[in-house]
Amino acid sequence: MAGQDKSLRSSLGRVRGLGSAKDGTSHWWAQRTTAIALVPLAVWFVVGAIAHAGAPLAEVKGWLGHPVTAVLMLALVVAMFQHARLGLQVVVEDYVHCEALKIASVLAINGAALLFGGFAVFSILKLAFGG
Amino acid sequence: MAADSKASANPHPRPLSPHLQVYRPQITSVLSITHRATGVALAVGTLMLTCWLVAAAAGEAAFNSVNSFLGSTLGRLLLLGWSVALFYHLANGIRHLFWDAGLGFELKAAERSGWFVIAFTAVATLLAWSIGLAVAGGN
Repeated sequence: MAGQDKSLRSSLGRVRGLGSAKDGTSHWWAQRTTAIALVPLAVWFVVGAIAHAGAPLAEVKGWLGHPVTAVLMLALVVAMFQHARLGLQVVVEDYVHCEALKIASVLAINGAALLFGGFAVFSILKLAFGG
Repeated sequence: MAADSKASANPHPRPLSPHLQVYRPQITSVLSITHRATGVALAVGTLMLTCWLVAAAAGEAAFNSVNSFLGSTLGRLLLLGWSVALFYHLANGIRHLFWDAGLGFELKAAERSGWFVIAFTAVATLLAWSIGLAVAGGN
């Protein structure tokens, strides 16, 4: 890409390779790995949800209570909240320029993802273990 | 600012970002911002999915009220929006993964894959809803 003489980074910064966020490419990679996981999981969930459209609770419980469904639902929910959290963080970092508001927003996003993810995981386990 | 006075002395002038309002929309740029917008919409949708799971785990009364909301006009409109957003974000996300692998960057290829994403979104949404409504009608 750009020649070394065009780079704005110092030699030390370049050799460390961690960038201004100090975590290198880990955020970028986590966004991609969760994206790859969500391709089959999202397709599987959409097919399952359509198959149970408007179904009574007993039927839905039969589906969600199945061990395979429960494990796939757990994988979906964890990957989904992680992917959403990372994506929303980038959106906030791009558009919110007030540093305090930016940090507060990212904290709120992470907290909400953790809490709602917790609710979802708990519900899936409750359904799986015969709640 | 200070950078302006130094611009002529800079041996490596860098390109300036075009101002959004005077920039002609192109399929690549429109799809790019739509990917972001659908991502934010889907993040909101995760809350609906959580509500649905919590209600299913809570019991008959909670599940029926969430189900009747999803079956109402507003609920169906939200579900329609989320399904469009999901199919779009899914297809365009795969397009992004190919770019991450260094494939399909040529302008012609990027425009062609963009139109493919739009077509996929329309077809998948129509298919999902025609099957879903048929299934729901049978229940």
